[in-house]
Amino acid sequence: MEKEELKNIIECLLFFSNEPLRIEKLAEIMERGDFDEIKEAVEYLQKEYELRNSGLQVLNIAQGYQICTRSEFSSWVRKLYKAQTTFQLSLSALETLSIIAYKQPVTRGEIEKIRGVDASYVLRALLEKKLVRISGRKKLPGRPIIYGTSQEFLRYFGLKDLSEIPSLEEIKPPASG
Amino acid sequence: MDYKVRLEVFEGPLDLLLHLIKKNELDIFNIPIAEITADYLNYIKFFRKLNLNFAGEFLVMASTLIHIKSRTLLPSMETAEEEEPEDPRAELAARLMEYEKFKEAASILKEREVIQRDIYGRLPLIPQDEDYTIEATLFDLMDAFQKVVFRVEKEVREIIQEDIKVEDRIQEILNLLENKRFINFETIFSGQRTKRLLIVTFLALLELIRLKMVFARQTRLFGDIRIYRAKRELAA
Repeated sequence: MEKEELKNIIECLLFFSNEPLRIEKLAEIMERGDFDEIKEAVEYLQKEYELRNSGLQVLNIAQGYQICTRSEFSSWVRKLYKAQTTFQLSLSALETLSIIAYKQPVTRGEIEKIRGVDASYVLRALLEKKLVRISGRKKLPGRPIIYGTSQEFLRYFGLKDLSEIPSLEEIKPPASG
Repeated sequence: MDYKVRLEVFEGPLDLLLHLIKKNELDIFNIPIAEITADYLNYIKFFRKLNLNFAGEFLVMASTLIHIKSRTLLPSMETAEEEEPEDPRAELAARLMEYEKFKEAASILKEREVIQRDIYGRLPLIPQDEDYTIEATLFDLMDAFQKVVFRVEKEVREIIQEDIKVEDRIQEILNLLENKRFINFETIFSGQRTKRLLIVTFLALLELIRLKMVFARQTRLFGDIRIYRAKRELAA
């Protein structure tokens, strides 16, 4: 298969898919064993969209690739698709998510210790939104449930994977005073 | 002149403390505990005055502050002289530092959320039967049920007394599924005008799911739920 052809097939698959596609998935569909070759073709496609200044972009999110619109044109897309919500996460949800993202797997008690407030309500809401998942139970008395972030978490924040968020050591609190 | 009360919304006692420290340009590691305790208690009184519902955690922190304050006032009587006595504020400072980091991390996520909200990916096509592959969780069912209740609540005008049993509704749901592979979640509730009836129906549905006589499935994104009849051969 020519490199060009490979790239075009990937473009078709990404165009048609409504969720990020992983390299492994692309390779499986195209019946090819060489992941590097696929990755190279995806990156080639990505470059191409950039270079021709397209309204679309090939994003690397949630451990896969997806063709999405560029944010500059969001207002137009929204006119076409009104149902798209303007939903935003609350501050407590964001704080809880960041604790889970950094400390996972983490229990409700551990989250509450850091935030100093009850977390049951916000955890329920995050589970409902599928941003958080139950990853098991801790081997402690009472076997408390432990929580982790989900694929949807990565997708929602446009992250390739968890390594894309800065490490806790890198985070500098805003200069006080 | 207008007099406006601007109430900051605090996520919890640590958030309030951080706010007070920032406002007074204090050093986290050298908090003037008497001042901050007074400041903090003033806020609590203010909450009370406004009749705000604030969580008990705010009071726990108040007592922690008072405890630290009392420890700083008491002369330390024990330990070898050369050993630096532990600063009673150290633990609180560490907690505040940690919380502040996560607050910052949350704001990083917030930025990403704002960016990501303007980026659209393809939506699924009209869902096909074979797209209904995801088992609906209890949360999904509750969500869908809440929507039904909300819609009906707006319509209901009178209170009707009626006596309906879960067993009856189970039978009726099974009747609805007769000769069909599936029905939509909403269909089960159609024509039902009272909350009581809705709840009984919902309980009947949950019971059927528990008994594995029906399955609730949904698509990935549209999320509307279909109730599938379990295959006949499963019935003993």
